[in-house]
Amino acid sequence: MSDAENTPSDVNEVDIDAVYKESAIQDVLDRLDAELVGLVPVKTRIREIAALLLVDKLRRQLDLTAGNPSMHMSFTGNPGTGKTTVAMRMADILHRLGYVRQGHLVAVTRDDLVGQYIGHTAPKTREVLKKAMGGVLFIDEAYYLYKPENERDYGAESIEILLQVMENQRDDLVVILAGYKDRMDKFFESNPGMSSRIAHHIDFPNYNPDELVQIAKLMLAESNYRMSAEAEEVFSEYVKKRMEMPNFANARSIRNALDRARLRQANRLFNSRGRMLTKVDLMTIEAEDLLKSRIFAQGTDESTQDDDE
Amino acid sequence: MITNPTGRLTQGQFSFLPDLTDEQISAQIKWALAHDWAVSIEYTDDPHPRNTYWEMFGLPMFDLKDPAAILMEVNEARKTFPNHYIRVMAFNSTRGVESPAMSFIVNRPANEPGFGLVRAEGPGREIRYSFHSYATDKPESERY
Repeated sequence: MSDAENTPSDVNEVDIDAVYKESAIQDVLDRLDAELVGLVPVKTRIREIAALLLVDKLRRQLDLTAGNPSMHMSFTGNPGTGKTTVAMRMADILHRLGYVRQGHLVAVTRDDLVGQYIGHTAPKTREVLKKAMGGVLFIDEAYYLYKPENERDYGAESIEILLQVMENQRDDLVVILAGYKDRMDKFFESNPGMSSRIAHHIDFPNYNPDELVQIAKLMLAESNYRMSAEAEEVFSEYVKKRMEMPNFANARSIRNALDRARLRQANRLFNSRGRMLTKVDLMTIEAEDLLKSRIFAQGTDESTQDDDE
Repeated sequence: MITNPTGRLTQGQFSFLPDLTDEQISAQIKWALAHDWAVSIEYTDDPHPRNTYWEMFGLPMFDLKDPAAILMEVNEARKTFPNHYIRVMAFNSTRGVESPAMSFIVNRPANEPGFGLVRAEGPGREIRYSFHSYATDKPESERY
């Protein structure tokens, strides 16, 4: 009996294509490619995870042991590099591959996990964990959980419960921690238990100017806007200037810039009352909508306190 | 009830069957969640059939999506009340229905003494019958 088990035979065939199609994973990966610009290391890692889960599924079909791999992850990167967006996709991917049962995402921060007085933290953390069971628990800015300067902080208690559930109920939920790179590194340094229980440390790189322009186009297309050819040139100029200024938050800054451009476009159209507007007029963002930005008006020497330029 | 050969309380679903395993409980909860019913846990040490409202263990779990989370709560309840009756309920909140759709016992005391029949003689030698749980002879929380 054991002999038959250990010799690979051709009788036990599995159709990797069939399983692949059935999971519709290509669909998710394609969407990931189309909707997320850049982020090559992230996409590579997701592909690897998808392949691993797929192969495990096949192994299980042939009664081979398929160890339940740990899928807890940490996403590190600068603001606006798409950590939350990818986490949402991750829930979907893991669900399609049958790793989590429901595939919903529960996004929380320190406030949702840590209580305000003794005995408040454990039930609060447990409540959140219960809500996330069968799906993905996304802890944004996870490094706030641990405050070394205050030894009475309840964050440590929360981490303890998290660790326990991450270890014992691996089949029931996946935990994704996210935050800025340097602070997350410090967080893991002071919580080695946490670091070792996370299988995938994924770093999100910054976008380059071309990618940011591409992102801007995608964002506009999503809301039925487009840039004129002229505006596109101005915008890539804008991106380069904006990147050198403080408080640059990658895709988030781009979104804000576009929101303001839309504001100016609306204003421009409003001022041109008296003539009939076409559909194209309503859709197009012209160069002048972007040129009115403070970045072009004052150059980069004036400091910007907030993100409103 | 009194001549129940198994000597076990039979209320709700599956009560004539052997105790459900955790896996079976999960499957039942999954069924309830698939119907969008709110699952809750209740306990009591007064098993009289007319004792409809048991004590709630925690709040009804409206926002949980996965049976594993509810099973966690069930185990918590078992730990807190190892010698009580604990049941899982599923409430159907559809307008016009608004009633429990499922109810099954997930924990029972090791020893269930059962019920006695009490005969009370009324006017004209009329006899009135009622049930009495032997366990309730003792004060609350000392019953099992």
